[in-house]
Amino acid sequence: MDKVGEYLGMQIHFDDLDRDNVEFFRHCGRHQLHLQRCSDCLLKRYPPTTACPYCGAPGVTWEPVAGHGTLYSYGEIHHAIQPAFRPFTPYLLLLVELDEQRNTPGEDDGLRLQGNLVTPEGELGSVDLIERVGIGTRLRIVYKDLGGEFALPQWTIDEEAEQPEPWRYPG
Amino acid sequence: MSDIDATTGRHLRGKYAIVGVGETAYTRGSGQTTRSLGTEAVRNAITDAGLTIADIDGMMSYSGNDSTPSPTIAGDLGIRLNFHMDVIGGGSSTEALIGIAMGVIEAGMCNAAVVYRAMNGYSQVRIGGTGRGGVGLSAAGLFDRGIGLSSAAHMFAHTFMRHMYDYGTTPEQVAMVKVIHSEHASSNPKACYRQRVSVDDVLNSRMICKPLHLLDCCVETDNATALVITRIDRARDCRHTPVVIQSVVGRCCKPRTDMHYQSGPISTAAGQYAKKILWPNAGIGPEDIQVTGAYDAFTFTTLLQLEDYGFCRKGEGGQYVSDGSTRLGGKRPNNTSGGHLCEGYTHGIAMVIENVRQLRHDVDDSCPLGGDGRRQHTFDYRECGCRQVKDVELAANMGWGTPAYGSAVVMARGV
Repeated sequence: MDKVGEYLGMQIHFDDLDRDNVEFFRHCGRHQLHLQRCSDCLLKRYPPTTACPYCGAPGVTWEPVAGHGTLYSYGEIHHAIQPAFRPFTPYLLLLVELDEQRNTPGEDDGLRLQGNLVTPEGELGSVDLIERVGIGTRLRIVYKDLGGEFALPQWTIDEEAEQPEPWRYPG
Repeated sequence: MSDIDATTGRHLRGKYAIVGVGETAYTRGSGQTTRSLGTEAVRNAITDAGLTIADIDGMMSYSGNDSTPSPTIAGDLGIRLNFHMDVIGGGSSTEALIGIAMGVIEAGMCNAAVVYRAMNGYSQVRIGGTGRGGVGLSAAGLFDRGIGLSSAAHMFAHTFMRHMYDYGTTPEQVAMVKVIHSEHASSNPKACYRQRVSVDDVLNSRMICKPLHLLDCCVETDNATALVITRIDRARDCRHTPVVIQSVVGRCCKPRTDMHYQSGPISTAAGQYAKKILWPNAGIGPEDIQVTGAYDAFTFTTLLQLEDYGFCRKGEGGQYVSDGSTRLGGKRPNNTSGGHLCEGYTHGIAMVIENVRQLRHDVDDSCPLGGDGRRQHTFDYRECGCRQVKDVELAANMGWGTPAYGSAVVMARGV
């Protein structure tokens, strides 16, 4: 596949062979979070895979997921490796636990997606924004269009949700 | 799946030994190729064993960045190989390859094997940084580089941060790993960083990726490092007291190594699984071990592994690494060379080399040499002094690949 978009100056090229991931980002391009669901054990999974990581079965359907979750853990990157991210430090690397399928199939298992903290418009967050976020913060998904039919799923503070006092790295 | 039955005759406890260790200098700018470095380290290890090139017929290496493969190194040293294998991988490799060496010798595929790592980890291919080609993104790449996730510090941050949340682990406790390893390095003439540092030095160093400051991260270096492994009966003819392999675990995994954050409490490392193989196979437990080598790519990796292999209770790693237990002179010193945080980054093998020397009672510290060429250890652990652990008989090394997989070995002083 030719170039499908661009993000922070980085050219994006998808390989048609990578069909599971391409499908995931195609749903995101429609501003819908869809995850694969196993036809055998009926568990949803992330990231996309050809077989079910819970039971090994190949059958799959793509199912819509609400895109709300709680911050499960995070890193705050001050030293960016990639030049594209250097203007945006510090930025947050988020691990967001979706409301769906919590503590499933085992205790402490869940659907945990990675992403950055962004503004509601999908731009990387300012220092003011990231200082409001910690473990426990309620987040909602937003989509950063990449040009064309794909988008990058990202996370922003869910201003409509009741927010607990988040846990943040001390100091 | 059933647990591994360590009580049968199938396992090889006490039947293999590390007989030679060797390395190059640890530098930030070797001025040599990995081929040249590897040749030097392998030759040093063979010489250390008291063997000749004719005694070596197996060779293995690993690499996650740059390297030169084993047939090339062997050829340059005049070694004709009956077996070789060069594998992909970083910090979980050394102990795993020791196990593989035992297996291939047992299978009659070769007689004595060298395991080495050769890299210009600072001047050629740096972890996560220079040397990674291109600025383009694939679909798979959007999951990591698309969100600015491109180094080990970024990859592991969720695990470390969640450990602080789950157990109240503090930045000051974590910093003590660096403090103690810097104390050890101050008596290691080979170490890149021999300066002792304080908790404040760590916490005041610039933030790399919260919760990791600069001094929570290891020092990238250029080096090559090597071990020689053979059967215990052959080991007894070698130069040094053999260091006997009691138990080994290779690249034991948590569920879903690529996206392990879906599974279980994420503030654990693979040691929680690996210890169920390591200790039964060794026939002893963590309480019997007198010196540890817990992989310190970061301060936090040491803490997590010591905790998950059972050297303290789960969640009490912060206490364990900060109460003096892991200091020379403490209950169970860790990384007496100064480890990757201070001696230099080698993807784990140097910590095994250090513990081999510990078990020989001949660590290369700053103590004076005696007439027999061996150091006269003072057991004075002040700066520029001794780093030999007194009367040590048992050591354990824990290699870290990611939170999701690791390797380990238990070694004993032979007779």
